[in-house]
Parts: sequence; C-alpha cells; structure tokens
Amino acid sequence: MIHPNKKRLRRSMMFLNAQKPSLIKDPYVYGVDSIMLDLEDAVAENQKDSARFSLYHALKEIDYHGIERVVRINGLDTPHWKEDIRVCVAGGCDAIRIAKTESAKDVQIVEEHVLAAEREFGRPEGSTLLMAALESCRGVLNALEICESSDRLFGIALSGGDYTKDLQTHITGTGIELAGARQHMIMAARAAGVQCFDTVFTNLDDMEAFEKEVEMIKLMGFDGKSLVNPRQIAVVHRIFTPTPKEIIFAEKVVREIDEKKAQGIGVFTVDGKMIDIAFYDGAKRTIELAKASGVYEGDL
Amino acid sequence: MEILKAAMAGTLESSDAQVTVEPGNQDIELSIESSVINQFGRQIRTAVLETLDRLGVTAAKVTVVDKGALDCTLKARVECAVYRANGITENFPWGGDIR
Repeated sequence: MIHPNKKRLRRSMMFLNAQKPSLIKDPYVYGVDSIMLDLEDAVAENQKDSARFSLYHALKEIDYHGIERVVRINGLDTPHWKEDIRVCVAGGCDAIRIAKTESAKDVQIVEEHVLAAEREFGRPEGSTLLMAALESCRGVLNALEICESSDRLFGIALSGGDYTKDLQTHITGTGIELAGARQHMIMAARAAGVQCFDTVFTNLDDMEAFEKEVEMIKLMGFDGKSLVNPRQIAVVHRIFTPTPKEIIFAEKVVREIDEKKAQGIGVFTVDGKMIDIAFYDGAKRTIELAKASGVYEGDL
Repeated sequence: MEILKAAMAGTLESSDAQVTVEPGNQDIELSIESSVINQFGRQIRTAVLETLDRLGVTAAKVTVVDKGALDCTLKARVECAVYRANGITENFPWGGDIR
C-alpha cells in the first residue's frame, strides 16, 4: 500500500539544527511545509549525542501542528547513522533524509535498519518515509536507481555545496554548475514517480537572486526547495502556488477535455490556445497543487 | 545509574540549559540558577529530579544554569549529561528510561 503522505505538499523544506532548542521549539509559526531537523552538518562532532536527546524529546513532546518532521541523519560513512535511525524511529519522525546517498544499496541499507527500529520501538512497519540527498557526481548519475530503490522513498534532493565540490567547481550564483544535476535528477524523479527538491540558497542578502532561482526550479519541474531561513518560505510558497489565472485556465482545460472527449473531438481551443489530451495531466496537477496549497475554491 | 565522572551538556544560549553532573556522596545535591527562578523554579526542579529518578541516579551533585528551557530541553540535557558521565554513546533506551 502506498503511504498516504508519500506525495504530500513539500514546497518548502527548512533545515533546523536539532541541537538548538530555540530553533526547534516552535518552527510551525512560519507555516513551512516540512522541517528538516538536522543531526548532520549543523551539529558539531562532539555534540551528536546531545542533538539526539534534544531531537527525541522534541519529536515526542512538541506539537508541530501537522508540519512534516523530517530528520537528516549522518552519512553511512560515519559512526553515527545507526543510532540516528534508532532515535528518529523511536521519536516517531515522519521521514528520514539520508545524507550523501550514492546508490540504491545505500537506501536499502537504511531501510533495513529503519524496519528493525520500527520493530524494536513498536512503530507501524513502513510508517517511516525516506528521502535521499544526492551530494556527489556518482549519486547524481545514479539518481534513477536511487529513486526506484524503495517504496518508502518519497523523493530526492540535490545538495549543491558538496556536489559542486565533487564536480571540482563552486556555487557561482548563475546556476550553470548545477544545471546538469538539476535536469538529470528531475528526469529521474519523474521517471520513477517520486518528488524532487532543489538545493539550498545561502546568500540571505540577495533575495532577488533567490526569487529568480525559485522561479527557475519551478519551471524545471521541481516540487520544492530546501531552505535555511524562514524569510525564504513566503517567496517559495508564492511562486509554487498557482495563480487565480492559472487555476481558471486549468479548470477550463479539464472541463473542455472531458466534454470534447465524449463528443469524439481531440483538438480544440481554450482562450485562443490549441489544446489536446496532452494538456490534461498538467491541468489536473495545477488543480491538485492549488488544492494542496489551500487556494482552490472550485469543485473539480 | 552511577555518576562515574563529571560531565556537562547544553549551552547558555536562550531557551537552553547547561547541566553539569558530578559524582556525589549519598543523595542528590541540586543547584539551580535561572532568571525565571521565581516563576518556574519548582517546575525546573521537578523536571530535573524526575529525570534523574527515571535514570536511577541517586547520588550526584547536579548544577543547572537555565536560560528559559522548556521541560523537554531540561530532560534532554540532564539525560545527556548522565549518559556522558557513564561513557555511554550508543544503544540508548529510547522510550524506556529516556522518555
């Protein structure tokens, strides 16, 4: 059975250091779609244990008001990931983000340990979803096998900083260095029927460039973006929420295609644009996104 | 659990608490410093003592410097300090003694 939250709305996924009580006590006030409580890079090596205790009690005792609680665990090349998985599952997180994923096997190893933890802590088997962060050239090249590696996996995310290091370049602000990875990953995700998320944008002083990047990744087909600051959430939500004009057009397309199909007509025009069956899924997606974003008032 | 060596967990940042545990003689010697001691001193004390009791700590010197931590943060810091004092770094009893 497909997990009911596998395809939920994830326009904005905000990183928060699991070790910092001031950050994790009330992030729901920002209206973000998902929080990603971080046990990895944000936590110093000698504070990994402390972050886990903090995470456990936050997951158990803080009411996050329905926001998805993802936890980024340490990579499989560290001594930390097994205990990370135990605490994530014991605390009842919604999903685990696997850092530095390079192959389907990486996901399957994590999946085995998640299942063992679900049994150990009495959680329903299959209740913990997974997502994979691709942070290397090998990981990006293996995107399709990673996307198809597990029924628990709801999506993949690009981690631009590490990826560009592996590519022997750096984040330029133009996006040229990430173009290949972005295109490849979104195609792999769509082929496998999972979601795809873009990397963080860390220059908080340049909101104009951030907005342009969000517009670009939306056009490329991404489902959302990893974020590092609450200021970025509203921009992402605005760009990823269909406009009233787009919703009205999508409704017309869906209604007209349904009607014309019954009449045996394959090609026709809506608002002066040539429309055929190829537009149907896109229009339906626009309506679904509008519904998930809470802005749809129609009856489709 | 016995406190084998001195250990500390937490920070002095806002919403956090810094907890230090040291080997004690016969009972719990608890010292609390907090800017909200008048409003929440009793609650902080209860959260710390209940956590120590759950972990089976009966003899220790415990110092808490509170910076407006929620109960869940206080518990997390006490637990971390106690396990550090025992040198335990994995296979924690999540949902058991830690809850």
